Amino acid sequence: MSDHHKTMTLTLIVWRQKGPNDPGKFETYTAKGITEHHSFLEMLDVVNEDLIKSGKEPICFDHDCREGICGMCSQVINGAPHGGQDRTTVCQLHMRKFKDGDTIYIEPWRARAFPIIKDLVVDRSALDTIVQAGAYVSCHTGGVPDGNAILIPKPAADESMDAAECVGCGACVAGCPNGAAMLFTGAKVSQFAVLPQGKPEAAARVKNLVDAMASCGFGNCTNHYECQVACPKGINVKFIARMNREFLKAQFV
Amino acid sequence: MQLLTSSIGRKIVMAITGQAMVLFAVIHLLGNSSIFGWLNGGINAYAEHLHSLPLPIIIGFRLALLALVCIHIWFGIQLTIENRGGRPRQYAVKSTQKATFASENMIWTGSLLGLFLVYHLLHFTFQVTSPETAALKNLVPLHDQMVPNVLGMVVAGFQNFFIAFIYAGAMVVLFLHLSHGIQSFFQTMGWSCDKSQPIIVKLGTLVALVLFLGYVTIPLTIFAGILKG
Repeated sequence: MSDHHKTMTLTLIVWRQKGPNDPGKFETYTAKGITEHHSFLEMLDVVNEDLIKSGKEPICFDHDCREGICGMCSQVINGAPHGGQDRTTVCQLHMRKFKDGDTIYIEPWRARAFPIIKDLVVDRSALDTIVQAGAYVSCHTGGVPDGNAILIPKPAADESMDAAECVGCGACVAGCPNGAAMLFTGAKVSQFAVLPQGKPEAAARVKNLVDAMASCGFGNCTNHYECQVACPKGINVKFIARMNREFLKAQFV
Repeated sequence: MQLLTSSIGRKIVMAITGQAMVLFAVIHLLGNSSIFGWLNGGINAYAEHLHSLPLPIIIGFRLALLALVCIHIWFGIQLTIENRGGRPRQYAVKSTQKATFASENMIWTGSLLGLFLVYHLLHFTFQVTSPETAALKNLVPLHDQMVPNVLGMVVAGFQNFFIAFIYAGAMVVLFLHLSHGIQSFFQTMGWSCDKSQPIIVKLGTLVALVLFLGYVTIPLTIFAGILKG
């Protein structure tokens, strides 16, 4: 057998939970015939096919685009959200990062604000609630303006785009020991606060978003910066600092 | 009032009260360093100078410090309890990347500092734990007047191994608490960006280290017999 077709056998210890009220437990599975070219999700597909063939319930997990841009996949692998590879979602994590014989723990996002629906699938609608609290521009911006009618400095545009890279996967919450959504919310506040279109509502926005975070059951930030490591889009904790700054400013306007 | 109820607001209050206490710690260390003799009359003269300030200033300053400590502790406990609830079930595999021992144990280092503070006040301020060496009862001459012998009290205290050990240990805890606390202040106030943040983390640890070394020198030099009464 050539190196190209060498396969791995892995031991998976996976969180299984039948529903929101089931206590849940870890189950051990063997993943056979895995090549280094399989993505992590494809590896789980292989395991699930075997489970289905043997009449067992397949492992439920969230996924959609499988190209690292939708923010649906959400698994904590060996304690690291998305598996711990820099700027990588689970779907873009490949089995070449693992060795034959490895034991891999797979767990769902764990946070009070993300109740488990089934197995590795959690309810992340709390992030939508935060967005609904004001992470948008509602003031009239008129029709499509002429090019360069609204001047935006390049650094401000870059800053906004860096914040807008967030795909809302919730890895920051999963990585935070306090289950806080500060990086997510900081990114939302910042992407608008730095642009002229976002400035009129900046004060109300940050106040409402901060209140929404608390009412959704997220914890508070203790500046561990685990969120920044977990983020597959490289969102920087400077956006948390900016939100704090915007919050402080909003108290005086 | 969102400053006293919201997550970020309460953290800002914690950051400001904490940083005010760091400023106090810096000034306290500068005052204590008079024990090494750079001030004419040493620490006895420094203590006498402080106590000769108008009474309302002394009482006001002490009440303000007490308020800082109480507010910091109150919000610290409140936020920690909320945060423990933020992730009700821990992961089977713990894989921390950036969190440190100091950042994860702020509530415990803070609690130890609180206990130390009570002992420290009973020892040197109210002078009830070692009454035989209490400065207020042992007056010594200084510039034509009799003043409390603070130097004698401090030296007698730190010649005792257990007392010196408690103080040195408390300063290790202070270092841990501040190594996370100082940089946290800047992040919470929003006074940092991606370029300054790593520098602030290093500078915060450096300030914590300087405070640790400065404070710990006093019990160590006395216990080693280098600094005598």
